[in-house]
Amino acid sequence: MIELRNVQKSYDGGATLAVADTSVVVERGEFLGLIGASGCGKTTTLKMINRLEEPSSGEILVNGRNVLGQNPELLRRNIGYVFQGIGLFPHRSVAENVAAVPHLLQWEPDKIQARCEQCMELVGLPFAEYGQRSPSQLSGGQQQRVGVARALAAKPEVVLMDEPFGALDPITRSELQEEFKGIQRSMDLTVVMVTHDMTEALLLADRIAVMREGVVLQIGTPYELLHNPQHDYVREIVAMPRQRAKRLEELMRDE
Amino acid sequence: MSENLREQLLLLPAYFQGHLLLTLAAITMGVLISVPLGVWAEQSVRVKRPLLAVVSIVQTFPSLAILALVVALLGGRIGFLPAFIALTLYSMLPIVRNTVTGLESVSASVVEAARGIGMSPHQILREVKLPLAMPVIVAGIRTAMVWTVGLATLSTLVGATSFGNYIFTGIQTRNLVAVTVGSLASAALAVGLDGLIAAIQWLLEKRNEAVDSARLRSIRRSVYTAIAVIICIVLYGLLPQPRADFIVAGKPFTEQYIMVGLLAAELEEAGFKVEQRLGLGSDVVFEAVSNGTVDLYVEYTGTIWSSYMNQQGNPGREAIRTGVIDYLERQGVVTLGFTGFQNRYALAMRRDRAEELGIASIEDLVPLAGGLSAGADLEFFGRSEWLRLRDLYNMDFSNKLTFDPSLMYTAVVEGQVDLISAYTTDGRVAAFDLVLLEDPRNALLAYDAMLLASDAAAANPAFVQAVDSIIDRISDVAMRQANRLVDVDGESVNAAIEYLRPRLRSN
Ligand SMILES: Nc1ncnc2c1ncn2[C@@H]1O[C@H](COP(=O)(O)OP(=O)(O)OP(=O)(O)O)[C@@H](O)[C@H]1O
Ligand SMILES: [Mg+2]
Repeated sequence: MIELRNVQKSYDGGATLAVADTSVVVERGEFLGLIGASGCGKTTTLKMINRLEEPSSGEILVNGRNVLGQNPELLRRNIGYVFQGIGLFPHRSVAENVAAVPHLLQWEPDKIQARCEQCMELVGLPFAEYGQRSPSQLSGGQQQRVGVARALAAKPEVVLMDEPFGALDPITRSELQEEFKGIQRSMDLTVVMVTHDMTEALLLADRIAVMREGVVLQIGTPYELLHNPQHDYVREIVAMPRQRAKRLEELMRDE
Repeated sequence: MSENLREQLLLLPAYFQGHLLLTLAAITMGVLISVPLGVWAEQSVRVKRPLLAVVSIVQTFPSLAILALVVALLGGRIGFLPAFIALTLYSMLPIVRNTVTGLESVSASVVEAARGIGMSPHQILREVKLPLAMPVIVAGIRTAMVWTVGLATLSTLVGATSFGNYIFTGIQTRNLVAVTVGSLASAALAVGLDGLIAAIQWLLEKRNEAVDSARLRSIRRSVYTAIAVIICIVLYGLLPQPRADFIVAGKPFTEQYIMVGLLAAELEEAGFKVEQRLGLGSDVVFEAVSNGTVDLYVEYTGTIWSSYMNQQGNPGREAIRTGVIDYLERQGVVTLGFTGFQNRYALAMRRDRAEELGIASIEDLVPLAGGLSAGADLEFFGRSEWLRLRDLYNMDFSNKLTFDPSLMYTAVVEGQVDLISAYTTDGRVAAFDLVLLEDPRNALLAYDAMLLASDAAAANPAFVQAVDSIIDRISDVAMRQANRLVDVDGESVNAAIEYLRPRLRSN
């Protein structure tokens, strides 16, 4: 469970307010989508949850414990994180990248190996073919999938994802989305996923938080957002997938 | 193979070992200090600016000045230690700078990911930043290595053995074979060590790749061999060497090389084991004999009088001798005696020109000086001796030119100048048949060559006995002839020593 209580984050000694007085609760096993325009504070919100950034005020609880009271390294090893910039270690093989967190947690080598193969399989990169490659020998989309595998490797209960499927082609993307949704359900993961893509949010998330300029305008299920937008901006961003869906429907009917 | 080349190659193992040991020690210490400093600097801007400024400033100091300063800071200690410290200081800039640059160039998103998955700052440094910065750091180490190999040649001047022994001795005794051997050896060592580091780095990069090509295997084999050889040489160098009984030293010019060899030969004949320290800086060797790191060397009264006692006047040869001996005693240096020759400045002219003008002494120059041109070495016209000469005789030359010593002699021989400030024992005075002008008003200082010994050595009667054969036995003419053999006739220093030795014994 993740809980943000009146969290605020400002940079440059208060000059930039990246996140303004936000309170959100993500229940255990819930999938929260975080959506909003570029620079609205999504990444900052995510980083505060695993203490890559610290809130200027307010508090954040993960599984009931204030993150500021915990050793940041131990906290982060127990939270999966897919970075916006991917951030694979270029001097390590793909397998070593995936095994990074289990390695930090000092798992047995056999167990690391098995888990590593499993996670790579999960994201569609067979270990035998890709394990020994270096990240530079992968395509952008493949690198992104390694990033997802790395986040899942240590079996965290909480996973934070910053635009994890951005660089994928539509087919791989929807396959991976399905795959991931399945994992999330079966492992009862608590997930916060940042995305620019409303369709993705609508299809994957149990609830969606819409942010603008550091403020969460509305949080609700896809159904609530689609049928009861409480803000012009929310109406605007749900309008697009709607129109598209309509248009597609028309196209198919015309056949 | 020429005799000369054979003689030089015999010296190669000792010089190679000295040079290698010095370079490796300095580079190892340089890395051990500079990489942590670079890591520290990268983490804090407050450290980075001043640190980079300091190591850059060290680099802009002339290398000889650094050597001299280190020797002075160590209380006049010469040999391996000051050379090692100076070279270590010199190696720091490229390593510190490349460490900082290398760490700074690690992509921010990679570092953020490392933090984000829960690595501690220490793990981030060790497992992410340092490995990614390594190629840049190694490039810095390679630059430092090449510089250090080159600069290590200068350590000869503070009494550490290196390929510089070839170069400095060669330049001073006009032995081009020695200079060439020394330069080539130094260049080859630089290229070899550079290649070795490159190969090690290459192997480390490839260590995770399963492929085991023939090329990889052969490079690996060469690297292992090179490392094994280096380890053997280093271990051999670290073995306790049979200690010499006495250390004889000298400054970097021909006469001194000859005298060191002559003194060593006499001591060896008396059954002592002698170590020679050739071509030391003037201040360095004096300090060393006062603090006992050197046991014996040849110094000149005029040098002590003007440079160490800072005396301006010229009370005459005898008074200078007495004054200098007194002064040396207070410095804890023992004067064993005088060798018999003087290597002082004297005005010299071509014999035909002197006869033509009817000149035998400086007095005779006075009426003509306004129409004559004079040549001198680089410092003569700046010394108190020239001022005294000018004032006592109340004369000045119409034209005063300065030359490198060897060009100065050519200039007077070819008539570009009428007279020069020659050195009285210089072989070229004899070879070109120059006339040394009398100095009736005692403007020019006496430079009696004398044997200076450390307290400890002088307390050993057998030592004093052994070098007694040299006292008052070498005339100006004999020394001039010995210098001539090397400087003009192209003979080896050994030939000059063999020329002098029988003269020590004949009545
Ligand atoms: N370290 C920082 N110092 C100063 N300002 C920052 C810093 N990090 C983020 N900001 C500012 O905070 C605001 C929110 O940034 P954030 O990275 O959270 O945006 P985002 O919603 O993730 O955008 P995007 O979709 O483009 O990734 C931006 O205006 C950004 O300029
Ligand atoms: Mg972002």
